Amino acid sequence: MTLWPRLEPLLAKVQKPARYIGCEDGAIVPVHGPGKVSWLLVYPDTYEIGLPNQGLQILYEILNERDDAVAERAYAPWTDLDAELRHHGLPLFSVDSHRAASEFDLLAFNLSAELVYTNVLACVDLAGVPVRNEDRRDEHPLVAAGGHATFNPEPLAEYVDLFVIGEGEEVVSEITEVVREWTASGRPEGSRHQVLRRLAAVDGVYVPSMYDVTYDGPRLVAITPRYPDVPAQIVKRTVADLADWPYPKRQLVPLTEVVHDRLSVEVFRGCTRGCRFCQAGMITRPVRERPADQVRTMVREGLLRTGYDEVSLTSLSTADFSGIERVVAETVDSTGLCGPTSVSLPSLRVDAFTVGVAAQVARARRSGLTFAPEAGTWRLRSVINKLITEEDLYGAVDAAYSEGWSRMKLYFLTGLPTETDEDTLGIADLARQCVALGKRHTNRASLTVSLGGFVPKPHTPFQWFGQNTMAEMRRKVQLLRDATAKARGVQLKWHDPAASLVEGLASRGDRRVGRVIERVWRSGGTFQEWSEHFDLGRWEEAMAAEGLSMDWYVLRHRDEAEVLPWDHISAGLHKDFLWQDWQEALAEHGLEDCRWTPCYDCGVCTGYGLEHVVASPVAPAGGSQGTGQDLARGHVVPVELVSRREPVGVGAA
Amino acid sequence: MSSVTARLRYAKEGKVRWTSHRDAARIWERALRRAGLAVAYTEGFSPRPRLHFGLALPTGYESDVELLDVDLVEQPVVDDLPDRLTAALPVGFSVTSAAVLEGGEPSLQQDVTSCSWRIELREVSPTRAEGAVAAALAASSLLLARSRKGHETLDDLRPGILALCVETTTQDGPPVLLADLATQPRALRPSELLAACFPEVAEPIDITHRVRRTHQWIERDGARREPLPVPATSQTHALGACA
Repeated sequence: MTLWPRLEPLLAKVQKPARYIGCEDGAIVPVHGPGKVSWLLVYPDTYEIGLPNQGLQILYEILNERDDAVAERAYAPWTDLDAELRHHGLPLFSVDSHRAASEFDLLAFNLSAELVYTNVLACVDLAGVPVRNEDRRDEHPLVAAGGHATFNPEPLAEYVDLFVIGEGEEVVSEITEVVREWTASGRPEGSRHQVLRRLAAVDGVYVPSMYDVTYDGPRLVAITPRYPDVPAQIVKRTVADLADWPYPKRQLVPLTEVVHDRLSVEVFRGCTRGCRFCQAGMITRPVRERPADQVRTMVREGLLRTGYDEVSLTSLSTADFSGIERVVAETVDSTGLCGPTSVSLPSLRVDAFTVGVAAQVARARRSGLTFAPEAGTWRLRSVINKLITEEDLYGAVDAAYSEGWSRMKLYFLTGLPTETDEDTLGIADLARQCVALGKRHTNRASLTVSLGGFVPKPHTPFQWFGQNTMAEMRRKVQLLRDATAKARGVQLKWHDPAASLVEGLASRGDRRVGRVIERVWRSGGTFQEWSEHFDLGRWEEAMAAEGLSMDWYVLRHRDEAEVLPWDHISAGLHKDFLWQDWQEALAEHGLEDCRWTPCYDCGVCTGYGLEHVVASPVAPAGGSQGTGQDLARGHVVPVELVSRREPVGVGAA
Repeated sequence: MSSVTARLRYAKEGKVRWTSHRDAARIWERALRRAGLAVAYTEGFSPRPRLHFGLALPTGYESDVELLDVDLVEQPVVDDLPDRLTAALPVGFSVTSAAVLEGGEPSLQQDVTSCSWRIELREVSPTRAEGAVAAALAASSLLLARSRKGHETLDDLRPGILALCVETTTQDGPPVLLADLATQPRALRPSELLAACFPEVAEPIDITHRVRRTHQWIERDGARREPLPVPATSQTHALGACA
C-alpha cells in the first residue's frame, strides 16, 4: 500500500523534495503479489549519491526481469525528512511505489564505503525492524548487504542477516529461490533460522549468525562455522563474461541533480595493475573486458534512450581498455544524436593516457581531467606498485594542456607505507613541473592537487600496515601546504584525517566494532561521509564505552601470523601471495601487470578456472608496466625502511 | 547559425511538482534530445543548448501553463511537437501547445505581466477565507516584510493584487482562493499573498496549501492575452480568476 498521501505533505518541509518522488525514466511499475519475492534495494546514503550506483541498478533490472521477484529502491532520507518521518510515525519507504520497507521480504543494502555503516542501522531502524539480527523474528524482512565493503563483513556481523561477497548478478537469483520457498511456507515459527541456514549454503553468501567467534583477550583466534553444512570459508562470486550481462539496459534517468549525472557504460571489471593500496583492484580480479561492439551498442542506445549528452566509460583504469581510442572516437562522432556528445573517462592512469585519447575526448565538450600518480616519488610509487614515471606523467599532462585543457586534477595519497617527507615534498615538485608545462600552452594553466589519507584495506598487501596517526597525516598535509603555498597555479585540497581514522576502524574492525557503530548511530551520528555531520568525538566516546582502542585497531602493524577478521572471506587471493607482495613493497620492488607478463599465481584465475578476458593481446601504448620498460629507472633513492611501530595501546581487556 | 524559435506551453502536475525550476531545465534538455529535435547551441568553450525559460515556478507548485522558448536548428513540424515532446518527458509534464515565433518578441520574463493562481487552503475555514479576501480587497495597503538580496524591506502588496476571490463552486472540499497577481515590477508570489492574508497559519504556507498556476498573461494594445493559447478544444478557462 502506498504511503504517498501521508508522505507528500512532509515534502513541503524538507530540502530537495525531488529526492523522494521516484518517477525516473527507467523505473519500473512494481507488481507485488503472492509467489513473488520482494526486494527493497537500499543505498544507505542520499538519493543524489545513491541513484547513479550501477551495482544497485543492475540488480534492480535483473530481479525485475524474474517472474518470481520484484525489486524497488530506497535511499537514506536526509536528516530533515528522517525527523519528520519519525515525528509522524512513518517508516523508510521505497521511491518506486512509496511502500513501507517492512512490507518487503528483503532489505538489501549496497555497501560501497565504510562510513555509511551508521546509516545502515538508521535505515533498518526507520524500517521498523530491530537493528540487531538476534532480535529479528519470522515476520521481519531479511537484512542483506553487498558491495565492496562486505569483503570485511565483521563490523556489521551482528546487524546484517546475510552478506553477499563479490558480484551479485547470479547470486541474487539463487537467494530469491531460497527465500521464495520461505515465503511460500508462510514463515512458520522458527523458520527464520532455517532459511538463513539454507542461505548460508549458497556460494558467496555469508550468514554471520551461523559462525562462532573466539578471542584470546584482544586477539581474534578464529571464526568457525557452527554447523557442518555451513562453509568454513566464503568465496566471492564472479561472473565469467561481462558480455552475458549487458546491464543496466535501461539506466535510470533522475529528475533531479545527482552525482555522475550521465550515461555510464562499464567497459571492464577487474584490474591487474596490482596497485597495492587499491582494494577494488585486488578484489575484482580477473580482468573481464566487455566486447567493444557491445560497448558501442550500449553507448549508442543509452544516449538515444536517456537524452544524456555525456557518457562515462567506467572501469578501474579505462585507458587500459583494448581499442579505447576507437570507441571514444565513434561515440563523439555518433550520428543521429542531437547536439554534441562528450565522453568522460574516470580512473585514468597517466601511462596509458595517450595523446590520441586526449584528442578524441577533447573533440566534444571538455569535462574534468583527473590523473592519479598517488605518490610523489618513484621510490614510493615502487612501494605502492603504481609504476608510472615522471616522464609518463609529464607526457600525459603535456598532451592534455596541448589539447586545450587549462586545468586538471592530480590525486595523491598521504600516509603510505615507508613514506618520508621527501615523498611528500615530491608531490609539490611534480605539481610545479606540471603547471610549468601547462604555461607553455596557456597562461591560465593551473592544477589542483587532491590529497587523500591512506586507509589500509582488507585483501590488499597493505592489510598488515599500521595506518598513520591523525597527527602524522596532519603534519604531512601542513608540510605540503607550506611547500605549495607559493607555487602559482597549484591549489591543494585534502581529506580530513579524522575521517580517515574512522574509515580505518570500520575497514579492518572485527565483530566487536559493531557495538561502536551502534553507539555512534544511537547518539545521532548518521551521514558520517558528510563533513558537516562527521564527528570524531562520537566515535572516540563509543570506543571508550566499549573498552576498545583506536590504536590497536587502526594504527598497529599486524604480523604474518595474526588471524585477520576477514580470513574466512576469500577474494580468491592467496594470503601468502599478499604477504609476499607486502614484503616486495617494503623492498621497493614493483610488479609488472600480469595481463602481459607471466602469472604471479595470486590465486584468482586458477581458483576460478578463468583467464583474463582481454580483446587485444598487445599492451596499450605508452605503458611503463608490462611493456618492457625498465622498472629501475626514475628517481630511485635507496632508503632504509624505518620501522613505524609506535607504542600502541592494547584493546579490550 | 540561423535558427527558429519554438514556443512551448506545458503543464506540470502530480509528483513532479516537487522538482525545481533548475531540475525542469535539465529534464527539458534531455527530452529535446530524446525527441530527436536539434537544438541550437551557444558558441564558445562550453556550448549550452539555447533554451529560454519563462517565470520560474516555485518547487511544489503545479501549473497548467509553463512556457519555454527553444531555438531549433530547423523548422519543426509544429503540430507534431506536443505529442512528440510529451512522450519524451516524465509523467506529469505534458506539452499542450506549440508555435513558431515570428521573431522580435520580448523575452517571456519581460513580457508576462501577471499570472492567475488557484490556491487550495488547508487549516483555514471558508468563513475565515471570505473574511480575509474582503479585508485584503478593502485595504488601501497590505504591508509585508520581504527580503531581497539580503535586505529586509517593508513592501505594499496591495497594488500587485489584480483580482482575488473565493471559488464558489467547491462543495465539501477545502476553500479555494483564485488570484491574479502581478509579476511586474516585482512578482507577487502566492506565498506572500497568503502570509499577508493569513498570518496565523504556520510556515511554509505556500506548499502545505496546494497551489496551481492557471494562466500567464501578457498585454497587447491595452488588453491582456495569453502568450500562447491552447487549442480551442481545450480552452475552458481563458478568462482568468474571478471573471
